[in-house]
Amino acid sequence: MTFNQLTTRQSNNSSIFAVGAFLSVFLLLGLLMASFAKDAAIGHQAMTFLFLGGAFFVGLCMWAGNLIDRDPFDESEYENTLVKWGVFASIFWGLAGLLVGVVIALQLTFPNVFYFPELGWTNFGRLRPLHTSAVIFAFGGNVLLATSFYVVQRTCRTRLAGGMWPWFVFWGYQIFIVLAATGYLLGVTQSKEYAEPEWYVDLWLTIVWVAYLLVFLGTLWKRKEPHIYVANWFYLSFIVTIAMLHIVNNLSIPVNLTGSKSVQVFSGVQDAMTQWWYGHNAVGFFLTTGFLAIMYYFIPKRVDRPVYSYRLSIVHFWSLIFIYIWAGPHHLHYTALPQWAQTLGMTFSIMLWMPSWGGMINGVMTLSGAWDKLRTDPVVRMMVVSLAFYGMSTFEGPLMSVRAVNSLSHYTEWGIGHVHSGALGWVGYISFGALYCLTPWLWKKTRLYSKSLVEWHFWISTIGILFYMISMWFAGIMEGLMWRAYNEFGFLEYSFVETVEAKHISYMIRALGGLLYFSGAAIMAYNLVRTALGHGEATSLDEANDPLKTPEPRTALAPAE
Amino acid sequence: MYEMLSSFAQTGGLVYFVLMFAGALLYALWPRNQELFDHASRLPLNDDKPFYQDGEPSDE
Repeated sequence: MTFNQLTTRQSNNSSIFAVGAFLSVFLLLGLLMASFAKDAAIGHQAMTFLFLGGAFFVGLCMWAGNLIDRDPFDESEYENTLVKWGVFASIFWGLAGLLVGVVIALQLTFPNVFYFPELGWTNFGRLRPLHTSAVIFAFGGNVLLATSFYVVQRTCRTRLAGGMWPWFVFWGYQIFIVLAATGYLLGVTQSKEYAEPEWYVDLWLTIVWVAYLLVFLGTLWKRKEPHIYVANWFYLSFIVTIAMLHIVNNLSIPVNLTGSKSVQVFSGVQDAMTQWWYGHNAVGFFLTTGFLAIMYYFIPKRVDRPVYSYRLSIVHFWSLIFIYIWAGPHHLHYTALPQWAQTLGMTFSIMLWMPSWGGMINGVMTLSGAWDKLRTDPVVRMMVVSLAFYGMSTFEGPLMSVRAVNSLSHYTEWGIGHVHSGALGWVGYISFGALYCLTPWLWKKTRLYSKSLVEWHFWISTIGILFYMISMWFAGIMEGLMWRAYNEFGFLEYSFVETVEAKHISYMIRALGGLLYFSGAAIMAYNLVRTALGHGEATSLDEANDPLKTPEPRTALAPAE
Repeated sequence: MYEMLSSFAQTGGLVYFVLMFAGALLYALWPRNQELFDHASRLPLNDDKPFYQDGEPSDE
C-alpha cells in the first residue's frame, strides 16, 4: 500500500465524519422546527425529518464503528453497493408511483366509489401531485442517480469521488421524497406544478443536489480516461440545469421560519413564465437529457456495438442544450404573456424536432448489424421501443406547441395523453431496460431470472400504453371540440359537466391501460428480485473468471498498514 | 437599463450563442477528431475490466 492510496483512504474515511457533522446541524434545525412549529403540518414534517435523518445518522455511526477492519471506500474497485440500493429504490418508488396513478385514474372514472370525504388526504387534489412527483422525481430520479453513478465510474475508470458523500446524496434524496410526499398528503403545497414542495423541502433538495453535482464533478476530475464519454455530458447537463431551474423557480420567502407556508418572489405573468420555464425544462433536462444519457451507455453496451455516430451524439447534445431552454413559453399561449414570447417558445419547440429525431436515429441505428437482437432480446426491444415513443412524443410536442393547434389541445386530455406517451413509453421503457441490464451486472449473474417474464412485461405494458394514449387522444380532441362548439344563437353548445360525462368511457379505458402498465412493472419487480437472489436462469458468474470479482485485499494487506 | 440589456441580448447575445454553437459543430465535424471519436465510442464496450487492470497501475 503506497502513501498515495493511504491518503486517499484517510480523506475518504474522514468524509464519514463530515457527513455526520453536516447531518447533525440539520437534525438540530429539525429539532428547533419541531419545537417551535407554527402549524400542525410543519410539526409532522419536522418529526419525519428527525426520524429519517436520525436513522441515517445511526447508520453512519455503525459504519464508522468498524472502520478498523475494513476499507469502505477501496479505491481499487467501483462503488457498486450504492448502485444496488439505487436499483431497489427505483423499483420501490416506481411501483408506488404507478399504483397511485391507477388510483387517481379510478377516482376520475368512478368519483362516487373512490371518494372518501372522511379521509381528506385521499382527495384527488392531494394524490395527483403525489403521483407526478413519485413517478418523475422518485422513480425517474432514482433511476438517474443509480445509472449516473454506475456509468460515470465505468466510463471514467475510477471510483466515485467523495467517499461517504454519494451516500449522503442517495439517502438525502430519499428523505426529500418522503418529506415531499407526506407533505402533499398533509396539504402542504406551493401550488406550482412539478414544484409543489414548500420552501424548507426545496432548501433540503438544493443541498442534496449541490452535493450530487460535486460528487459527479469530483469523479470526472479524477478520471483515468482522458475523454469524457458523451453519456456523462448528458448527465452533467441534467444535474447542472436542474440545480439552476430548481433554485430560480423556488425563490420564495417563508411567512415564518418555523411555518410551512411561503410566498413567491415573482407574481403574475412573471411567476407564470418562471414556472413554465422551469416546467418545460424539467421535461427537457430531467426527463430527456438524463434518460438520453442512459440511452448512450446502455444501448451500445447491451448490443455490444459502439454508438452509430459519435459526431452526431455531440451535435445532438449541443443542439438540445442551445434550443430546449427557450421552449417554455409554449405553455402560455393566449395568456397575458407578450405574444412575441409565445411565438419564441413555439418557434424553438418546432426547432427541437430536429435534434430530438437526430438523437433517436443515433440510438436506433446503433443496432446496425445486430437487428436480430430486437427479436431475440426483449430488453433490447424495450429500449428500442422507448426510442420509438421518444420520436413520437417529440413529434407530437412541437405540433401541440403551435398556437393554432394549442387552442384545441390545451387544457384537454390530449395533453395528458402526450405526457404519458413520453413518460410511460420513453422514460419508463428506457428505465426498465436499464434496470434489466443493471441487476444481473451488479449482482454478477449470467442473465435474468426469466426471459419470458420480460416478454410478458413488454407486451402487457405496451398494450397498456396504447390503451392510455388512444383513449386520451380521443377524449382530448372530443373535449376540445365540445368546448368551442356554439349553437345558432352564439351560446356555448355544451355545459362543462356534459364534456366530463362524455369522457367516461375514455376514462375507463385509460384506467385499464394504467393498470396493465402497473402490472407489467410488478412483473419486472418480481423478476429483478429473483435475479438478485440468483434463482432460475440467473446463475452466478464463475467467480474465478469474473474480471469484476471483488478482490479480498483487506486481510491480506493488513500487515502493510 | 432595460433598453440597454435587451439590445445587448438581441445583438451581442445572439452573436455569442451562434459562435459557441459553431465552435461545438466545428469540434464535432473536424476530420482530425475521427480517431478520438472512434476511441470514445468504444468506451462503454471496453469497461468490464476495472481500471486498475487496464495496464496503467497508477501508483504502485
